[in-house]
This record gives sequence, C-alpha cells and structure tokens, in this order.
Amino acid sequence: MPSKNAGIGKTTVIRRDRNSKKNILPALGFLSPTLVIFCTFVLFPVFFSFYLSFHKWNMFSSGQEFIGLANYRRLFSDPEFWMVLKNTFIYTIGTVPLNMVISLLTAIILNRQIAGKRFLRTAIFTPVVISPVAAALIWRWIYDPNFGLLNYLMNLVGLPAVNWLNEPKAAMIALIIMGVWKTYGTNMVLFSAGLQGIPDHYYEAAEIDGAGWWSKFWNITMPMLTPTTFFIMIMSMISSFQVFDIVYVLTSGGPLGATKVMVFYIYENAFKFFEMGYASAVAYVFFAILAVLTVFQVKFMQTRAGYEAV
Amino acid sequence: MNIDFRKSGRITKDILLHILIYALALATIAPFIWMLLTSVKDIGDIFVYPPKWLPSKFHFENYRRAFQAAPFGRYYLNSLLVALTVTIGQLITCSMAAYAFARLQFKGREVLFYIFLGTMMIPYQVTMIPSFMVLYWLGWIDSYKAMIVPGLASAFGTFLLRQFFLTIPKELEEAAYIDGCGKFRVLWQIIIPLSKPALATLAIFTFMGTFNDFIWALIVVNSDHLRTVQLGLAIFRDRYITDWDLLMAGSVMATLPILIVFFFAQKYFIKGITLSGIKG
Repeated sequence: MPSKNAGIGKTTVIRRDRNSKKNILPALGFLSPTLVIFCTFVLFPVFFSFYLSFHKWNMFSSGQEFIGLANYRRLFSDPEFWMVLKNTFIYTIGTVPLNMVISLLTAIILNRQIAGKRFLRTAIFTPVVISPVAAALIWRWIYDPNFGLLNYLMNLVGLPAVNWLNEPKAAMIALIIMGVWKTYGTNMVLFSAGLQGIPDHYYEAAEIDGAGWWSKFWNITMPMLTPTTFFIMIMSMISSFQVFDIVYVLTSGGPLGATKVMVFYIYENAFKFFEMGYASAVAYVFFAILAVLTVFQVKFMQTRAGYEAV
Repeated sequence: MNIDFRKSGRITKDILLHILIYALALATIAPFIWMLLTSVKDIGDIFVYPPKWLPSKFHFENYRRAFQAAPFGRYYLNSLLVALTVTIGQLITCSMAAYAFARLQFKGREVLFYIFLGTMMIPYQVTMIPSFMVLYWLGWIDSYKAMIVPGLASAFGTFLLRQFFLTIPKELEEAAYIDGCGKFRVLWQIIIPLSKPALATLAIFTFMGTFNDFIWALIVVNSDHLRTVQLGLAIFRDRYITDWDLLMAGSVMATLPILIVFFFAQKYFIKGITLSGIKG
C-alpha cells in the first residue's frame, strides 16, 4: 500500500509541473470572484483616491477639475485639520498604553491558578464582540451628568460630578475610557497566547536560582513577550487611529470638535460636504502618517530589542 | 514557622489577585447589566438619584414600545440578510481563492498572493470614497447590493483558509484526481469537509463584522426600509435622546444575536483573534 501511494504521488507531481501553464485557466476560474471584487473595491479605489486628491470634485459635477497640490496645501493650512490630528493622537496616546497595561495584567493573572477562569475570560472579552453603536449608547447613559452611573460612583468616593460629554476635556477622557473598555479583551487574548508560548522550565530554572516575582517578570516574561507586545502595540495604534463608530454615537465629534478624530473628519468632508477631492487628500495623509509611525516603530524595536519584526 | 509564613503570604497574594481580577471582570460587564436592567425599567425608576439598580417592576413592554417607535423588525431582517449573505459569499469566494493559492501552480501566483496580503495594510478610509463612487456609478447606492457586494471577498479570509488548506495532506486529493474528479469537486468534497474549524472561524468573524458594521451602512444607505439594526439604532438615538428605557431596549436587541453566537462558539472568536494576531 505505501509504495503504491508513493508512486501515485510522484506521477501527479510530474504531471502538475508540466501543467503549470495549463493551470492558469482553472486558477483564474477559482480566483475570479475574489479578483473582480478586489479590483473594483480595493485596487481601483487605492489609485482613484490618489488621483482624486489632486482634483476638486463634488461628485455631482460631470468632471474633476485638476488643482494640483491645492487640496494638500489647504489641509496643512487648515486649523481644523491640525485639531483633528491632535485629537487623534491624544486618543491614541490615551488608549494604547492603558489598554496594553490592563490587558497584560489581566493575561498574567489569568495565566495563573484562578478559580472561574472561563467566566472571567468571557466577561472580559464580551465588549469586544458587541456592536460599537450599542456599546456607545450604553456609555452615553453611564456618562449622563445627572442620573448616570459614573457620576454617582464618583460621588460615593467624594469626587465632584463631571459633565462628561459636554466638556471638551472630559469628553475626550470619556471616549478614552470607553475605547479601552471596548478593546482590551482582544489584547488580553493575544497576550494570553503569547504567555502560553513561554516554556515553563524558564521559570522553574529562575525559581531554583531564587528569583522573585518581579525578577521573573522583568527577565523572562517581558523579553519572551517582546514579539507579542510589539505586534499588539502596532495593531492597537492602527485601530485607535481608525476610531469612528464610537465617536459618532458617543459624542458626534463634539463638544466644540474636542473629539473630532481623523476618520470622522474624512467622513464629514466626503459624505456631508461632498468634498471628495479634499477628503481623499486627508485620507492619503492619514495613510502616510500611519505608515510612517509603523515603520518608525519597527525600526525602534529592531534597534532596542534586536528583534526582527515582520 | 518560616515556611508557614511564606505559605500564608502566598495565600494572601492569591486572594488579592482573585479580588483584583473579579473586580475588573465585574467592572467590564457592569455596563451590560446596567443596559439589561435599564431596558425593563419604568421611566420613573430611570430618572432617580441615586440610581437604582433593580427596577421596582419589570416593564417588558419597553421592548414592544421600542418596536412601535421604530421598525426594528425590519432593521433586524435587513441586518440578518446582509450579514448572512456576506458570510456565505465570503465562505465561497475565499475557499475558491484559497484553493487556487494553496494548490494550483500557476505563473505569478506568489506575486499575486503578496499583493493580496499587502492590501490588508491599507486602511479602509483610503478605499471608502472611491468604493462609494463605484456603487454610485453602478446605480447601487441605497440598495442591499451596496451593503453586500463589496463584502463578498476578503483578503484576510483568503489568507486564513489558504494557511489551513496547506496543512491538509495532498495524498487524499491525488487519489481523487486519479479517480477522475475535477478540481472543483476535490475542493468541495475533500478539502471543504476537512476545513470546518477554519471555515467556522471565518464565518463567525465575518458575521460579527458585518452585523456590527456601522460606517459602511451609514454611507451607502438612506432609505429607512434598508437600514440595518446598527444604523437604525443610531438614528433612534437622535430621535429619542433621553428615552433611556427605549434606547437600552434597542441596544439589547442590537447586541443579542452576536452575544448568543459568542456564548456558544466562544472558542472560534478566540481562535480568530489569535489567528489574526499570528498573521502579522
């Protein structure tokens, strides 16, 4: 039996090599649905929005008027663009480190002997799977200045009431709290997977040497988790930069534009003001910032940890 | 003495860790409990200070009132229609493409595959505007097609299935080819049945993503009868700004299907997250 199977395998391999050219047609057949969608809604759009960013177009006029770099010049001289960029950075800097600390802590605790692990994991992961619109609505109610749960709890510990969604600074903090709540479960799962990949004997050896908890964490866990941490940092940063749904429902970008973030600005310009060219230019600048930040982080991690990322 | 002291120290630490993690988990699900309880409260129990956790009487008719205030039934059907069609569509298109990438040798396969992977890095904001334009030119704005068709393929799904297909031994297929099976039948009768875990992961992820989608539906749909639950809920918010009983009933309805799927298929969610993690 085994020899017969091996023989069949060999002849097919030879036949497949000879048929490499003939395979083009069936391959196209299998790929065609994906390719059609992909070319129409990914490939063409990538180039077309680049083209649009050099044009003035309200979508209803027949032609696009070429205006060179005017959209980009306008963007860099528009104070609103800078405010939106600043808000996006504040949101990212506010959520990413907090998110990572909480999710790592949770993953480390759940990696130990804990009663009711299944329940805990489910509870922590639940906000990740539910719709951002409903989640933001729940938080609007929690942040209610007069009857909201949060102000009540703050009052219990002697803190003054805050008008969460109507004061610029408070609204950004409210958005950050909700953002961390909604996403830290994802990173908890990723950190857990990373922790499970660390061999037990590293810890056993360290214990024999008399290493304490902190020493084990700092000398084994953190270095071993570097690839995971690095990956989580980049992914969290990218998704924080792209925040939209919860902003739309929780604050609608307000008050006074204090929570207006990049995607909200793109959405507004494209689909409220129909400034398709300008919105495309903003989208491309946004893309460039994300790409630069990612490359910068990869370089930084390579020099710091000597770790080959990606 | 010394050993006892260390032991009791460990127990104290264990207790502290339990308290910490349970407090965190409870704080994380408290908003859900608050939503559920508010959704069955009388308005008199809602606008009180200090807030009351439990309703004095359960008002399940809040749900009926929410259904009367907005066509949530219709929104539901729309959401399910869009999410299910996109999910089934992706299962088909992604397995076909993944099969080509995993099993067929053809010129330019590697290049095409890497272009594919590369596009996962492009933020959707860049492609959003022209995609809208394409739908506008096709005359598909404000239709189910606008919500469904762009979602009928996925680079992530193709990648996920290709990785899985590569782990399936080729011998099975080769025997089938000898028996004269065509490529499509091999995919359908041999590879697909062996790939159930990967397909389930993709199905659940796609369903969740599409059911929870907001921005795309917001952009391409105007008519009330085409609105999804998420879109309907956001519009409901604008109309019933402080009717928290109705808003929370609506939120419960918008989260329920995903929560049910999540509780029964938790491992696939976890697997999907870990897989999307590994892909980087």
